[in-house]
Amino acid sequence: MAGAVSALFILDIKGRVLVWRDYRGDVSAIQAERFFTKLIEKEGDPQSQDPVVYDNGVTYLFIQHSNIYLMTASRQNCNAASLLSFLHRVVDVFKHYFEELEEESLRDNFVVVYELLDEMMDFGYPQYTEARILSEFIKTDAYRMEVTQRPPMAVTNAVSWRSEGINYKKNEVFLDVVESVNILVNSNGQIIRSDVVGALKMRTYLSGMPECKLGLNDRLLLEAQGRTTKGKAIDLDDIKFHQCVRLARFENDRTISFIPPDGAFDLMTYRLSTQVKPLIWVEAQIERHSRSRVEIMVKARSQFKERSTATNVEIELPVSADASNPNVRTSMGSASYAPESDAIIWKIRSFPGGKEYMLRAEFTLPSVTAEEATPERKAPIRVKFEIPYFTVSGIQVRYLKIIEKSGYQALPWVRYITTAGEYELRLI
Amino acid sequence: MSGHDSKYFSTTKKGEIPELKEELNSQYKDKRKDAVKKVIAAMTVGKDVSSLFTDVVNCMQTENLELKKLVYLYLINYAKSQPDLAILAVNTFVKDSQDPNPLIRALAVRTMGCIRVDKITEYLCDPLQRCLKDDDPYVRKTAAICVAKLFDINAELVEDRGFLDSLKDLISDNNPMVVANAVAALAEIQENSSRPIFEITGHTLSKLLTALNECTEWGQVFILDALSKYKAADAREAENIVERVTPRLQHANCAVVLSAVKMILQQMELITSTDVVRNLCKKMAPPLVTLLSAEPEIQYVALRNINLIVQRRPTILAHEIKVFFCKYNDPIYVKMEKLEIMIKLASDRNIDQVLLEFKEYATEVDVDFVRKAVRAIGRCAIKLERAAERCISVLLELIKIKVNYVVQEAIIVIKDIFRRYPNTYESIIATLCESLDTLDEPEAKASMIWIIGEYAERIDNADELLESFLESFPEEPAQVQLQLLTATVKLFLKKPTEGPQQMIQVVLNNATVETDNPDLRDRAYIYWRLLSTDPEAAKDVVLAEKPVITDDSNQLDPSLLDELLANIATLSSVYHKPPEAFVTRVKTTAQRIEEDDYPNGSEQGYSDATSQVADGAASPPTSSSSSPYTATRQSAPPAAAPAPAPQVPDLLGDLMGLDNSGAIVPADQPAAPSSPPLPVLLPASTGQGLQISAQLTRQDGQIFYSLLFENNSQIPLDGFMIQFNKNTFGLAAAGPLQVPQLQPGTSAMSLLPMVLFQNISAGPPSSLMQIAVKNNQQPVWYFNDKMAVNVLFTEDGRMERGSFLETWRSLPDSNEILKEFPGIVVSNPEATLDRLAASNMFFIAKRKHVNQDVFYFSAKIPQGVPILIELTTVIGNPGVKCAIKTPNPDMAPLFFEAVETLLKA
Repeated sequence: MAGAVSALFILDIKGRVLVWRDYRGDVSAIQAERFFTKLIEKEGDPQSQDPVVYDNGVTYLFIQHSNIYLMTASRQNCNAASLLSFLHRVVDVFKHYFEELEEESLRDNFVVVYELLDEMMDFGYPQYTEARILSEFIKTDAYRMEVTQRPPMAVTNAVSWRSEGINYKKNEVFLDVVESVNILVNSNGQIIRSDVVGALKMRTYLSGMPECKLGLNDRLLLEAQGRTTKGKAIDLDDIKFHQCVRLARFENDRTISFIPPDGAFDLMTYRLSTQVKPLIWVEAQIERHSRSRVEIMVKARSQFKERSTATNVEIELPVSADASNPNVRTSMGSASYAPESDAIIWKIRSFPGGKEYMLRAEFTLPSVTAEEATPERKAPIRVKFEIPYFTVSGIQVRYLKIIEKSGYQALPWVRYITTAGEYELRLI
Repeated sequence: MSGHDSKYFSTTKKGEIPELKEELNSQYKDKRKDAVKKVIAAMTVGKDVSSLFTDVVNCMQTENLELKKLVYLYLINYAKSQPDLAILAVNTFVKDSQDPNPLIRALAVRTMGCIRVDKITEYLCDPLQRCLKDDDPYVRKTAAICVAKLFDINAELVEDRGFLDSLKDLISDNNPMVVANAVAALAEIQENSSRPIFEITGHTLSKLLTALNECTEWGQVFILDALSKYKAADAREAENIVERVTPRLQHANCAVVLSAVKMILQQMELITSTDVVRNLCKKMAPPLVTLLSAEPEIQYVALRNINLIVQRRPTILAHEIKVFFCKYNDPIYVKMEKLEIMIKLASDRNIDQVLLEFKEYATEVDVDFVRKAVRAIGRCAIKLERAAERCISVLLELIKIKVNYVVQEAIIVIKDIFRRYPNTYESIIATLCESLDTLDEPEAKASMIWIIGEYAERIDNADELLESFLESFPEEPAQVQLQLLTATVKLFLKKPTEGPQQMIQVVLNNATVETDNPDLRDRAYIYWRLLSTDPEAAKDVVLAEKPVITDDSNQLDPSLLDELLANIATLSSVYHKPPEAFVTRVKTTAQRIEEDDYPNGSEQGYSDATSQVADGAASPPTSSSSSPYTATRQSAPPAAAPAPAPQVPDLLGDLMGLDNSGAIVPADQPAAPSSPPLPVLLPASTGQGLQISAQLTRQDGQIFYSLLFENNSQIPLDGFMIQFNKNTFGLAAAGPLQVPQLQPGTSAMSLLPMVLFQNISAGPPSSLMQIAVKNNQQPVWYFNDKMAVNVLFTEDGRMERGSFLETWRSLPDSNEILKEFPGIVVSNPEATLDRLAASNMFFIAKRKHVNQDVFYFSAKIPQGVPILIELTTVIGNPGVKCAIKTPNPDMAPLFFEAVETLLKA
């Protein structure tokens, strides 16, 4: 199933080619452009179009980013998962270079874009996408030096994500444990799906080639080491590691050991599919006083321990698209009507555990309704929040050991935070 | 760090090209560089700047890497249009490929490979040879890919210059990136070559598995994809491989995860221990679920693949149905795929929750999604008998919402539910009839009419309902017309009263004289004839019990599923089509003679499939069982029978007068089979002038001994009798031999029915049959025959894929016996398969192993002994390897004979 792409295109929002790199000479830019323009014209909303399209012997895979499309064209049975991941990675690399990736920044940097495309993909095979290392030998004008560069060792090293010779005066590591809670409650008030997706986000400012070892209160690890696991250990369902982590080692004895890249990266993500109690529960009652007057009463309750506080709580309450004159009162926080999203947005800056707040909204509907009313889009109530110093899973970083041959002491800083992910309650 | 390159796109003055030309030849370095940038900018926006070729190439010799890259980029674009001038660049390329800076060496080789000009290619060989052995891994990894480029341009050159061997050496390189690229290059070359070039041996396997731990994520994908073709020798090796691959499931890159899943699934086929398999299934579930947290485009690919995986191994995600519930913000293409998987995972245990979800989706705004949700409810009803009632009540609730397209879709699926559970849920018909007026889509209309016709006797006003459609008969689409015709006939047969009688006149008239649709006319004439000749027969035909439908929609054919599973993560798995269906090669160079010679018999079936893909691409296939076409066909089985109808309406009078002789074509007499002559067993020289030829044959599930007696003697012969000695299968005559008196110089054929297991001989199995024939005039003649065991293969020898696998695994390896048939060539697999199937050797599955095709067959001999056969061959090349697995392996030699005979035929 060897498969490589024939060409890579970057197109503008109307499907016109901005930059393209031909790897195999069997798909022309005109052909691709004509097809793709037709596609986005036809679909109107390209978001609804599958990212894999076939036309006249050529398969196009594409993603959208701000006002451009990135697209590959191929005539072979390529690895679709790999190519779509690659396109997303190309976006990351360009963002690293130009901060914003959009039509304008591409035009402003087309020379570098060509250079990068040449390095990231060869003959249609993804090659190298570590932005930080790439920027060591492919530079934009401002940083360009006259001396010719050599490829950094890292490009072909087993440790392809870190260059040697990095030096910091103060060696520090910041580790953020971020858990986002996804929840879906159906109209009966039943939780039909809930999971927690956690990420260990690291920012490393370490000299040399530091060897790191991370200890978590992972039940399997603790049990393997013969330690007691009194309630403190947790089960992680599925763990995914950044490529710096030695997977075989983890498989073997569940130690997380790695040489980190420099700067920010996601060391690992994990998922917990155990039932979580909704941290913020929202109940809504709708009363129709007459054909044209509707009242909503909403109760929001925080269902976590009192010592924690949720911040930046935002509850989005969908209302009918033709609602008018909303009159909203709240017992806490502020609420505003956002007609552009047909919702009332209720913001509560600080929401301590074990509290309950109310919102009451009244609005009017047109008294005349269309005879053949199409059903309205039934949006769920959506909630956003952050709870610092708290994790749902109870995950704890037990240690982060950093060993470098120069023997410096590095300071690890750990923070915990829980946020709302896809937090949806279909209660209205 | 933002650049200002956009300024190069704008030129204000006229005469752009001459101006650029001047700048390119400037004495100032910076000015030249700016000029090249302008040229590239012009090229990017599609202006033709090829006339500047010489001037740009003159800038090539520079120390400035950036400038060099730009010139190279220009060359890649325009070398083809200026092949003669491109030679100018060769010297610099060759020089650059020896530059002390590895970046420049690699750049030179990489670019040269991209210039698809024959003249340049020749000069590429030497630098490439050097770079493949370069000290710097960055250069080697670039050179590895360059070999694939060269192969694409000129395959012969690659083989002649020994690049393949150098490439194979790189598999043992100490740098993982080099290994990964070498693997990618070799895999591509293999794909385009008919010879085995890149075969993964146990040795390379372990090398690659080691490199897997160290190379980049993309390299890991190359290696995993290449390794997934490796066939482990036994279960133990498979387990070892899987053990080395499972850590990849923890990789953050989804592509690595999917390729690892592919490889594990492939090896799992060989693993016999149920514990290990169960454990692996458990391990794969969480990573598969996590794929749904990726970007939507990747989710889409993952979902298309999960769809395949759950068809083969439903247990993996049996408990995870909730993760496929749609999120509000999922893009529509993700929602559609999730729905498909929810149907697949729906079970009695979770159906309540699933129905609640479907109901929720059915009230969303996207019409296509809503329709699919309604259809999903119907498919669950058909799939889960115990949940059917709940599904129906949800459908009724949806109908009550009175959203037009929901109602129509609901009626279509309810029709299918009626076909699945006849005479069970008619009580809801009244509710359905209330929505009659709102129906405006042909499929919904046709479905409703079908329901009315099918249950006409229980609907009091069925005639009124149908009549309401009749007025518009001529304007209705064909689908509706056909249903109306059939439904009216049903109504008439069930309620032969005055009203229906009038209706039927109208309908038949409309459907014969007034239409030019041949399908409709044919069907109408058949009904007409049936009704006028024998109304009872018409009842038997039209009201016959219909077969119950099943939900086989969106289930893939097992052999296709196999192939798709071997292609997980690739486009093939996204399209749910084999790669041959969409892979197209445009020959950019004309050197691929070899490929043309290669008889691609296995691809014949897909030769016209490309256009098919073009229509549907990755859009989910519509369910087959509920398609209107099949619905029509099933509800009126007689119409499907090809009955030639008179094309001229003048004949109508005759028809009504029952004179339908003109319309009836005598059934074709099967032409006497021109079978090959029977083998002579008793030559005339031995038999005093009597010659006997005979052979076992199988007809309609019966074994016969086909005999030919030729009397070359001078006397008439009569009183023939036959006797069979004990033989392995106890074959004996089932009755006396019927041969008339044979006059001198005449012959007689006889078909002697045979029975099995009469006089079974002890001792090792043998195909030998000893026969004695006597007559009244001559001594008893003894002769031998070799029975073709394939005549024993019974018609019920087809095995389910699943049970084939199970049987294959359940039999110990010692039961597997191998034999080579070196002389046999399979050049047209389809024809071969047909021929084998005709002899009751049934094709089960096919897979590709390297360049070989492996076919699996099952057969059965009486008393239920199954025979599992595996044939391995390179299509079009001599040599077929045959492996047979059966509970009594000592029979195997007999089967080999049989298989060999069949293949040779």
